[in-house]
Amino acid sequence: MYDVIIIGAGIVGSSVAYYLSRYDLKVVLLEKDNDVSNGTTKANSAIIHAGYDPEEGTLMAKHNVRGSRLAKQLCEKLDVPYKQCGAMVLGFDEEDEKTVRMLYQRGLNNGVEGLEILNKEQILEKEPQISSEVRIALLAKTSAIVSPWEYALALAETAVRNGVELKLNNEVKAIKKTDETFLVTTDKGIYEGKYIINCAGLYADRIQEMAGEKEFEIRPSRGQYYLLDKAEGKRCTHTIFQCPSKVGKGVLVSPTVHGNLIVGPNAEESENDDTSTTMGGLAFVKAASRKSVPNVDFRENIRNFAGVRARSDRSDFILEESRSVKNLFNIAGIKSPGLSAAPSLALEAVEWLKGKGVVLTEKEHFIDERKRVRFKELSGEEKQELIRKEPAYGRVICRCETITEGEILDALKRPIPPVSIDGVKRRCNAGMGRCQGGFCSERVADILMRELHLNGLNILQDKEGSNVLLDYSKGGNSNV
Amino acid sequence: MYDVIIIGGGPAGLASAKACLDKGLEKVLIVERDKELGGILNQCIHNGFGLHLFKEELTGPEFAGKFIDLLKDTKLEVMLDTMVLSIEDDHTVHVVNTVNGYQCLKAKSIILAMGCRERTRGAIAIPGTRAAGVFTAGTAQRYMNIDGYMVGKRVVILGSGDIGLIMARRMTLEGAKVLACVELNPYSGGLARNIKQCLEDFNIPLYLSHTITDIRGETRVEGVTVSAVDDHFQPIPGSEMYFDCDTVLLSVGLIPENELSKAADIKLDPRTKGPVVYENMETSQKGIFACGNVVHVHDLADNVALEAKKAGESAADYVNGLSNESETIMEVKTLPGVTYTVPQHIHFPLVKKSTDIFFRVNKIFGNSVILVTDEEGQIISQFKRQYVVPGSMEKIIVPKVMLDKAKGSITVSVKEVE
Repeated sequence: MYDVIIIGAGIVGSSVAYYLSRYDLKVVLLEKDNDVSNGTTKANSAIIHAGYDPEEGTLMAKHNVRGSRLAKQLCEKLDVPYKQCGAMVLGFDEEDEKTVRMLYQRGLNNGVEGLEILNKEQILEKEPQISSEVRIALLAKTSAIVSPWEYALALAETAVRNGVELKLNNEVKAIKKTDETFLVTTDKGIYEGKYIINCAGLYADRIQEMAGEKEFEIRPSRGQYYLLDKAEGKRCTHTIFQCPSKVGKGVLVSPTVHGNLIVGPNAEESENDDTSTTMGGLAFVKAASRKSVPNVDFRENIRNFAGVRARSDRSDFILEESRSVKNLFNIAGIKSPGLSAAPSLALEAVEWLKGKGVVLTEKEHFIDERKRVRFKELSGEEKQELIRKEPAYGRVICRCETITEGEILDALKRPIPPVSIDGVKRRCNAGMGRCQGGFCSERVADILMRELHLNGLNILQDKEGSNVLLDYSKGGNSNV
Repeated sequence: MYDVIIIGGGPAGLASAKACLDKGLEKVLIVERDKELGGILNQCIHNGFGLHLFKEELTGPEFAGKFIDLLKDTKLEVMLDTMVLSIEDDHTVHVVNTVNGYQCLKAKSIILAMGCRERTRGAIAIPGTRAAGVFTAGTAQRYMNIDGYMVGKRVVILGSGDIGLIMARRMTLEGAKVLACVELNPYSGGLARNIKQCLEDFNIPLYLSHTITDIRGETRVEGVTVSAVDDHFQPIPGSEMYFDCDTVLLSVGLIPENELSKAADIKLDPRTKGPVVYENMETSQKGIFACGNVVHVHDLADNVALEAKKAGESAADYVNGLSNESETIMEVKTLPGVTYTVPQHIHFPLVKKSTDIFFRVNKIFGNSVILVTDEEGQIISQFKRQYVVPGSMEKIIVPKVMLDKAKGSITVSVKEVE
């Protein structure tokens, strides 16, 4: 019997798991995929927003501002790549000028610090690559960039280290409410618990309906992106937004914490799982970005991807106990600024449990730190010392990003080890560079085979079913 | 202190090492990333190597083996399983491996022989899902020829570069069905002999002026849409064909691997994406030479080895104090149709008998003449060709006596004749 069942291991579920792992509770985190942070969390703009954008008084405003402050502390504590690079919202005409001033005022009302209005000269001095058509900009100094998948992974990993049970490959199929408890049936087993926190992202409406009545509907919205080589990574140093419109914050151009440049997204209605890119969507993103940063060299593109936002039929986040099912708490409709708000939303769930009379006794030995080796950031002496102790750090596997075998072996020993080539990529950055795994994916596959005792035909690119190798060559299995 | 450190132990590295040793250098080191010498040759198990150099038809591993044998009883030092992290001032090479850890090695001269990498799906922004089953041709080749796996059963190949063509044949021989080879350009990017031997002989259709406009499949590729393109490479609506396949191989170009060169402030040519070199293969940094696919993408390993020989000899001359320094630098320019030249500069007065100029074209020329003109438009030299095609590297040998007549820079162009 679990005290709490968390459904969904994206950034929201991982944050809830992290905060609950401080207490003497029996908690299970259910995830349908074979890895954490493998849905909306891994495919977005990777921005921790300052909080000037959401309308005053909304849940989005409140939790964005608090969540972004928490994110800064969490990333530092849990060794997550995070950089407060600041953001600019550009205005190009009179209408925009009004919007920029309105956002400035809204930011102040929301309690955002570090806001400034810049004139053209000030903008171009800070960001010479911005279009000279620009007239005005809002500067938000607290806006930050983050590695979103490592953020969720670090939270989930810390939660597991502190006793939360993570059940991957467990897709919830049915939820039965008895008098005092829930029986949650997945494709792998049955979990009994007193409370459910629904963090199922794009599937949150289905989870709610499995337990009770339909209360809201998820209306997925897809956004497409370009990710450019590090050669373009210094095109701008702030996250550059255009003025927001009804459909979203518009196309941004931003450095990433990994040193690349990200350009996107558009916004279009889509299916839950449809993370495909389209010729039209990409063309739109490219054209729209030219308005703010005209000289981005798209020949340096290394990857396109799309993420699906878990928009709902309500305009604000859904953060409440289910109206039809007692003891089920919904954190749903978490569109942007969801990544920024996540830890604050999680704290709200903790407060709700407290209100329900759940006794929250702090653990005596809560481990609240995380470190990992980033070989290429070490000095020559540190490298030498590390290799002396662990020779595997002397073998570079991913040459574009200088990622060593030692780092991959370390990831495999952690509380949530990778099970796929992309799982290794999300943990160690191997394959994230300009050759996109052309050289190292085969070497990573080799390490996975060796360490996980896998047959090559079972090597996955990412999710279940994404097998990389379909057969042996003639005589190819003779050496297996 | 080494005389020469060679970065990369593929055909360029091996051939340049041999040249250095033949010129009498004693302390020559090859640093190789992989666990054995040979580089990409080791996965090229098809034949066609060595026709020019050894006058016999060899496979890639045999071609590498020839050089390794020639180097066997020499003083050559080799560091395998070792990665170069950076090239610092005074020709210091920072390397890392599991045995000696992190080391800074000093040399009088350096030869860059890092080869090239394949362009990826991202570089050409193919839309669609992110399903597994999209490989660069070279990656698929490694899985197949080194590891013994089939990456797929029903294959569409995008791009008609040589590796893609070779893999079309290879996968067919292994029992896969190669449904089509799709090429954006109105001509193939590969060698004519490979079009014949790898596609035509196996009845694999080649769709010129076509491209993949969508990839389907949730977790593994399930199919692709192929569309015809217009003169501006834009897909033509209504021309779509759907192929039911589990694999897409990309053979859409190679890019010289110059991250180390860039970080060492070596001047690169935006056209080749390799270092700008002089006729002796010296880069913009004194004492640092380059050869092979790190300079420009070659058509044949034989040509890589020949270029590497030149680089090795030049590095040896440099170490021996026979520097090729000159006040007069002659620039080599191009006219439209010719995409680049190697070398881009010539130490003009120091050319001995003649100088080689390599280049590629970006369209098919029939019966034509290659012209070398000077700044005043005077024709310095001309060479007749029956055809000049993008898939083959072109080479001309310009005699010193001709260069002597040139005023200022020289320009290479190709003109069709009646």
